[in-house]
Amino acid sequence: MVKKWIGRLYALGVFIFLYAPIAVLIAYSFNSGKSRGRWEGFTLDWYRTLFHNQQISSALYYTLIIAVLSATIATIIGVAAAIGLSRMKPRLQKAAMNVNYLPVLNPDIVTGIALMLFFVSVGVRLGFGTMLLAHIVFNIPYVILSVAPRLRKSSARLMEAAMDLGATPLQALWKVVLPEIFPGIMSGFLIAFTLSIDDFVISFFTTGSGVSNLSIEIYSMARRGIKPEINALSTLLFFSVLLLLIGINLLSKRGSKKKNGDELAEQSLMV
Amino acid sequence: MKKTVLAAMALFLCAALLAGCGPKADAGGAGDNVTLNVYNWGEYMDPDILTQFEEETGIHVNYEVYPTNEEMYVKLTKGGTNYDLIFPSDYMVARLIAEDMLVPLDFDAIPNAQYTQERFLNMEYDPDNAYSIPYFWGTLGILYNTKLVTEPVESWNILWDDKYAGQIVMLDSVRDSFAPALSLLGYPLNTTDESQLKEAQQLLIEQKPLVMAYAVDEMIDMMIGEEASIGLAWSGMAMSVLDGNPDIDYMVPEEGSNVWVDCMVIPKTIQHVAEAQQFIDYLCRPDIALQNTEWVGYSTTHQDALDNLDPALTSLEAYNPTDEVLARCDVFLDLPADTKDYMGELWTELKAE
Repeated sequence: MVKKWIGRLYALGVFIFLYAPIAVLIAYSFNSGKSRGRWEGFTLDWYRTLFHNQQISSALYYTLIIAVLSATIATIIGVAAAIGLSRMKPRLQKAAMNVNYLPVLNPDIVTGIALMLFFVSVGVRLGFGTMLLAHIVFNIPYVILSVAPRLRKSSARLMEAAMDLGATPLQALWKVVLPEIFPGIMSGFLIAFTLSIDDFVISFFTTGSGVSNLSIEIYSMARRGIKPEINALSTLLFFSVLLLLIGINLLSKRGSKKKNGDELAEQSLMV
Repeated sequence: MKKTVLAAMALFLCAALLAGCGPKADAGGAGDNVTLNVYNWGEYMDPDILTQFEEETGIHVNYEVYPTNEEMYVKLTKGGTNYDLIFPSDYMVARLIAEDMLVPLDFDAIPNAQYTQERFLNMEYDPDNAYSIPYFWGTLGILYNTKLVTEPVESWNILWDDKYAGQIVMLDSVRDSFAPALSLLGYPLNTTDESQLKEAQQLLIEQKPLVMAYAVDEMIDMMIGEEASIGLAWSGMAMSVLDGNPDIDYMVPEEGSNVWVDCMVIPKTIQHVAEAQQFIDYLCRPDIALQNTEWVGYSTTHQDALDNLDPALTSLEAYNPTDEVLARCDVFLDLPADTKDYMGELWTELKAE
């Protein structure tokens, strides 16, 4: 009994530690004073000025479009790569996975400068395209890493069984393998999406021509102090991501219930 | 599986929608309109000025921001970008001049440059005023709460006074924190002598038990909220603090301190010299300079803007120090790489102590 309560208290402590800063930020997005040190009354002004601030809206636009595009493209490439890797000979697969780890362990600043020098050396002008490419590049390893374990769990026989039962390879991939690893794909996509929103260093060095994202805008405010509008924007982003997560959880819950049924049917067929 | 397809479609729909409502195409590209690439510090220009300039002249401005001189320098020098106008600080101007990265300005094309206050001409970083026009400027000094610090504040010594143990905030910035120690010891701010720097570090180590925090913009809230009573601060920060708490005052100590000036310069990556100079001239036009100064809130180098500001503001030492104060301040110069590394080491040692 005591043990259980200690466990619960510990968990509570962890959650407070994680969420207290966000709660403070949300509270201060409604503070009428500019300072983060003092509460001076409730206001929605920061939300109002936020939508009139062209620079922040343009940065938000680039942040979201790059996050959506880079996460989608990285997910497609990463899933294909992971499926290919899972069919390799074990030793080769291990080597390839280690190569895949390298960019994950590499400090961002190295990746950022390396990409910038690469783009410059092939004569590309820095801008939207280079920043998007850079985000796809650093997202792919994370997608592979979150899909690969799922593939390892699902039996390679599954695809063969499907083909034995008359599915074409493409049908087997689409109807059997992909649904099986879908949670991995989804978490890979989400990781890629959030990493892209988060990234400052790589974005800073690979962008140009007036394209900048929220992290660049916010970091560049450091000398002048972060504007209260940013609190408002972070609050909005926090709730959008929260809604997105709840939505995905609901979807996959419904999906898994149905899939459990399918799996049973499948197993009985195989028997 | 339908769901994946649906989800993917939904995502692309979002992307398409976003693409529809986002900013217009801006990569320069076709059309007879010139696009200027302006690279500035974050929050360092009234965004309305960009729109007004575009309306008046038809020249589009691509506006990008950077957090530090050093990061700007990397982006500028490695290529792949075509910046037409940048806003480096004094020591970075000197470095860019030394590396032959700047284009000399044609002052006939920038008649409004005449409004620059005389005290910002012939500065050490650009002795002939050939490459730069000052933009905003400020000093390094002491912020103190007059309710908690009743004695007169005149010297850097107060940052070493153990009466205020645990109430002192220092800047988390190597050269700015070394400046008071060097001034107290009577050494030049731009010293490259390692034994002098070592002595300054010893002084800072002595001070460390009294220091509540090494901070940058968090200091603004600490001072307003009265968690701290004394802080080493830039005058620009001081303006925000004075705004939030009337009991706080700012001064530049008698031993001398640092003065910094951010400038407008044209790098050699430029593509549209005439338009860039037109934009500089626009920024120096009295009405625009005043508008920009009011928005940014830093001390202006523009004589006409200064004359038209609220006297309550221009009488503040934090905003408009007298020539006498300015005379005892030095600009930071770009130090040799060895000295920078050595200072970095000393600073890390100090923080780890």
